[in-house]
This record gives sequence, structure tokens and C-alpha cells, in this order.
Amino acid sequence: MADFNLNDVSEMYVDVLKEIGNIGAGNAMTALSQMLQCKVDMRVPQVRLLDFSEVGAIMGGEEKTMCGILLGVEGDITGSIMFLIELEAARGLIKKLMMGYESGNPNFDEMELSALKEISNIITGAYLNSLSTLTNLMIYPTPPSLTIDMAGAILSVPAIEFGIIGDNILLIQSQFYDDVEIDGYFILIPDIPSYEKILKALGIM
Amino acid sequence: MGEIIKVGMADLKPCKAPDGVITLGLGSCVGIAIRDPGTLIGGLAHIMLPDSTAIHNSAANVAKFADTGIVELVKQMEAMGAKRSRMVAKIAGGATMFQFASQNSMMQIGARNVEATKKVLAQLGIPILAEDTGLNYGRTVTFYPETGEFHIRAVGKAETII
Repeated sequence: MADFNLNDVSEMYVDVLKEIGNIGAGNAMTALSQMLQCKVDMRVPQVRLLDFSEVGAIMGGEEKTMCGILLGVEGDITGSIMFLIELEAARGLIKKLMMGYESGNPNFDEMELSALKEISNIITGAYLNSLSTLTNLMIYPTPPSLTIDMAGAILSVPAIEFGIIGDNILLIQSQFYDDVEIDGYFILIPDIPSYEKILKALGIM
Repeated sequence: MGEIIKVGMADLKPCKAPDGVITLGLGSCVGIAIRDPGTLIGGLAHIMLPDSTAIHNSAANVAKFADTGIVELVKQMEAMGAKRSRMVAKIAGGATMFQFASQNSMMQIGARNVEATKKVLAQLGIPILAEDTGLNYGRTVTFYPETGEFHIRAVGKAETII
């Protein structure tokens, strides 16, 4: 499927992804609230097909410092999944998970990074589980890699992968909140043959 | 002080002193700043991928690729009156944003972008005066054709000028 182009993806595929995002984020919130032992609410996720030039702006500018967590995806489909969260929101979540522990290090210490990876594992894992259930495909993540940097620089990684097939990037924005509002972003980055598998499994093509 | 023109991801812009060009948050992408010191015409390209010929459907956006993007920037600068024989370049970016145990070709994309950029500049006969490439962090770059200064900013680091 060499001429696969994201621009041609049907509304229906976006709707299906939105639903997966919704269920996945719902599962993730349940897992997160159990882990943090508090109530976590969420809004309906937004699924958007964005032009490269719009991507930075949606997260508050290309230079905004964000945490980006990238996990490989293996099984019936291959590729990667990225979870992005604002630095301050990540700090709040870590503090909650670690019962108030705070290192004071602006870029987190080892313990905090480890906690953040665990949070991302739970959130992305729940998301991938939903995708797996809906498509009947075996999908599992590889250990995460984390970086704290400018939003634009982090997003260059999925943007490059999407750049191979088009000029847009498919972003799922989920907002969840407990005491404070937290914006999280998912970017599922299947490699080109996996797109076909996902669409086929969903009965779209 | 002139205007600072913004260059997006997979984008390119020529300019003339005293104007400058900026691109925000270069990760694995590469920013290529070119200048003709004779006319003080310059420009910046923000490329994402090394090679347009390796990709189907590549005609969509020439600024996306090192090979087509740099050639297009040089062409636009020439149209403004710059001379290719005088042109010099400075490059930045091409970082590896995520570290993985298994290094596949996608993860090496930063290094491949830098390599392709150097090859294209060599083919065009444009020497590279300075570079700040590789490593594992993002960069915001501003280029001033007036002086040829290439300012590089990164999270938690002091601004450098190459």
C-alpha cells in the first residue's frame, strides 16, 4: 500500500479512532484512579488530523517544555505510541503517586522518572488494550523511553514518521482532571503496513 | 533590527538583512541556514526526512526533504539576487530524542538527516562553516544573514552562537 495517504483516510476511520481513544482513555482513567486512590474524571477525547504547522500551537507552542514518553508497539501491528503531558501536570501526578515525595529537581530525579514511566505505561497500556480488543489484533508495548524537552522537538519524532505518508499528524487529545486539569496527548504511530491491518480489522477496508 | 520570519516544520523561507529567520523546536529535523555574504541574502530550511526519492507521493511538499528542500531554498535565494558561488551554510538539529535498546533506522533518523544534508550541500558546492548537530535535545535556531550568526537555544542550556 505504497500510496497510502492519511489525507484520504475516511471520516469513519477518524470516528473509530475517536471511539478507541474514548474507551482507551476511560480504561486509563480507571487504572489511574485506582493507582492514585482518588477520583479522576475525563472529557471526551478530541481526535484531530493536524497539519505539521498546527501541531506545536495546539500544545501551547513549539518551545513549551513537555514530557514525552515513547513506547514501541509489537505484535500483529508494529510502530510506536507516544504520550505527551505538560511538565507541571506530570509533576502533580508523580507527587500524588509517590505520596507527596518531591525531589525539587526541575527535571525530576530517578525515582520520579520511574514513577512517570509507570504512569505512562498504565495509560498507554489501557489505550493499546482497547485497540487490541476492538481489532482482535495482538498489540503490546515495549518498555518506555522518556524525554523532557521542547514540544516541537519531541513531536518531530512522530511527525517524521507521519511525514513518510503525508503532511498531517493524527493526534488524540484527552483531558482528565482531579484537583487540577491535565492535558494528555496520545499519538499512535503505526508503520505503513499496520495501517492496512488496523483498517481491515475494523472493517473499514 | 529587522523582522524575524518564522519557518515551520517541513518549511523554508528566504530573507534579506536586516531580517532574520527562526525555527522553533528542532528535534530530529535539521535546520539549514544559508547565506550569501555578498548580498546579505539568507534563508532557513527545516527538513524532516533525508531523501524524497525513497518515498512515494513525495511531490506534495519539497520543504520536507533534505534533497529537494535545500535545492529549493537555494533557488529562491538566487531568485532574490543571491549568488550560489558565494553561499555558505550552518546547520543544527538532527538529535536523537529517544534512547532505545534496539536502535532501528527510524530512531537514527536524526543522524541520517544530518548526513543527507551534508551530502546535498556538498553537491551544490556550498561549504558548511559550523554545525551543532546530534546529541539528545531539541533546539530553537535563529539566523541573521546580516552577520551570519546562528543562535541556538535549548531547554536548560545557555544560548550559543555558531
